Amino acid sequence: MGYVAVQGGTTAIENSRKLNRYLRLRGESAPLTVSQIMEQMAPLVDRVMGEGGLYSPFHAALAIKQASGDPIEAAFLLRAYRSTLRRLVDSLPVRTETMRISRRISAAFKTIPGGQVLGSTSDYEQRILDFSLADETVETQKEVVHDFEAGARPGEEAPEPAEFRKVVEMLREQGLVPPVPDRPSPQPTDITQESPAFPLDRSGRLQMLARAETGGVLALAYSSMRGYGNIHPTVGELRVGRVTVQIPHPWRKGTAITLGSVSITEVEIVAKTAPQDSEEAKPTFALGYGSCFGHNEVKAISLGVLDRAMRSPSPRAPAEDHEFVLLHTDGVESSGFCSHFKLPHYVTFQADLDQLRAMRENEE
Amino acid sequence: MTLNDLLPPIRGFQYNFAFIDEGVKKEIRRALLKAVALPGHQVPFASPELPIARGWGTGGLQVTMSIIGPDDVLKIIDQGCDGSVNAVNLRKLLVATTGIRTTFDSREATVLQSRHRLPEIPLRSDQVAVLQVPLPEPLRLVEPSEVETRRMHSEGDYARMWVSLYEDVVQHGAVSLGAGYPVRVNGNYIMSPSPLPRWDLRMLNDAEHLTLLGAGREKRVYAVPPHTSVRPLEFEDQPFTVENFAGMTCARCGSTGTFLDEIYDEKTGLATRVCSDSGFCDLVREGAVPRRGRLAHG
Repeated sequence: MGYVAVQGGTTAIENSRKLNRYLRLRGESAPLTVSQIMEQMAPLVDRVMGEGGLYSPFHAALAIKQASGDPIEAAFLLRAYRSTLRRLVDSLPVRTETMRISRRISAAFKTIPGGQVLGSTSDYEQRILDFSLADETVETQKEVVHDFEAGARPGEEAPEPAEFRKVVEMLREQGLVPPVPDRPSPQPTDITQESPAFPLDRSGRLQMLARAETGGVLALAYSSMRGYGNIHPTVGELRVGRVTVQIPHPWRKGTAITLGSVSITEVEIVAKTAPQDSEEAKPTFALGYGSCFGHNEVKAISLGVLDRAMRSPSPRAPAEDHEFVLLHTDGVESSGFCSHFKLPHYVTFQADLDQLRAMRENEE
Repeated sequence: MTLNDLLPPIRGFQYNFAFIDEGVKKEIRRALLKAVALPGHQVPFASPELPIARGWGTGGLQVTMSIIGPDDVLKIIDQGCDGSVNAVNLRKLLVATTGIRTTFDSREATVLQSRHRLPEIPLRSDQVAVLQVPLPEPLRLVEPSEVETRRMHSEGDYARMWVSLYEDVVQHGAVSLGAGYPVRVNGNYIMSPSPLPRWDLRMLNDAEHLTLLGAGREKRVYAVPPHTSVRPLEFEDQPFTVENFAGMTCARCGSTGTFLDEIYDEKTGLATRVCSDSGFCDLVREGAVPRRGRLAHG
């Protein structure tokens, strides 16, 4: 009989969990170590930290291992873990001018103060499958590391400046982009502490975007670039590197304690002209801002485009609508809801079935 | 105090009673108090992530976690059934993080968490029903924007809802909504009753018990306090009807006045009917409660 046996669920769930673990380990390769994931799958770790809303490479890598590499599942594990952590204090605003740069490019100007730094990117690589990687050994690993380190001659480099001025700041000085607006309230919205209410202020929007799923924001930003909307972004500046996180000193007013640093990607895009405050005001470019944990350029650019699109004075396209963008790009929420349709819907379906049958009888 | 004292240990982590921390529980209880004071009104809350996926009952779970104490007795059902995989899973999490007693007998429970069903035996005033809600906004049917639906609720602007029901009647001869039929609470807000089947709505109306509804993904809680009117939206000449089980009998316990699930025999392919409320059905089979002999809805 098809009746759901009362004990059946428990055993089935337990067996399914065992099967998962078995399938992950039944091959003959050695178990993946968390440090292997942290070191050799850094972009995936970064993505999971960003979408999980918790900066911790160790926990992100552990989540990736547990999720067998599924980024949405790993971000979910990390978010659930994050819920159990006590919030201690708000950090001071991070000054990204002081970022220790590992990559910095501008698509707006050929030369920028401080210089462009290509850093690590696959942008200019030909995407040809490298079969030599199939035979990578500890020996080849050592050789690659040794050769690279021998080739790098830090002594010859010019000393790194303490601050890199923002490219956008140059435009701002010329009045080509609007001045930084005064923040209406010193306390930014915190989307982890309260349910976002729409229209959501920009601090809340940028937070929701920072935790959004990479594929989701990419799809919506692409819609805006391609034709549903009209944001053709110029990457004013993209920078990747480490920024210092500080908190206010608990009793010594005006001083700060440095906790450490996090790696982030930050993008400022220049797109379209900004709406003018008055008839006399001269036209300016509008900016879009995006930043997220780790090294994730596609996401950061998408966030910049969506930030700009959502500030459209007369929203028409999907990517310009706050609710449309922000409520549908959270991977943990959307994947959870999508998979819940696999749950039994016997009662609700019975109710619909009954209604349909009654309506068919009415027709006769 | 050093900075290390403030940081949680990486391993050997101790979870709080009922998983979420006391600060978050307080916030949820404050939202619930507001919800009780404004029957049917959706109150926003932060809704942190749980180790259960969004859409799988995280709203109900957070409500239960924030109101439950060590002396409570818990019953969890999914679409009426104690043994359904998700009910088992949620029960496992709550037992693991609280150690409280659970039951399949709805009469013993002090807190009853459910997805899309209320038990056949009406709850008493010393019991609380917690319902898991996927889509708390009844007006989403006619309006996609949250800003707009909140305005409509605050102004009691329900014209478009009525028009949509009217159009349904014109096109289909009846309101085509099955589960989750919109109701008016306390003569004021229109509310989505989880998606309970229409059958269960009478058990919300002028009930002895408190019903708390939680939507985790949508970050809303709402409530129906005891002795509050809950009326399905209906036209005078198009009366509201519930699911029709006339002439059908539960194949397990022989009851005729319960909500019945349709079950297809694996071999013969023939449909039989069994009580959706597995706890009730088992009690009848054990002889603990009398079999339902007539349609509860007459």
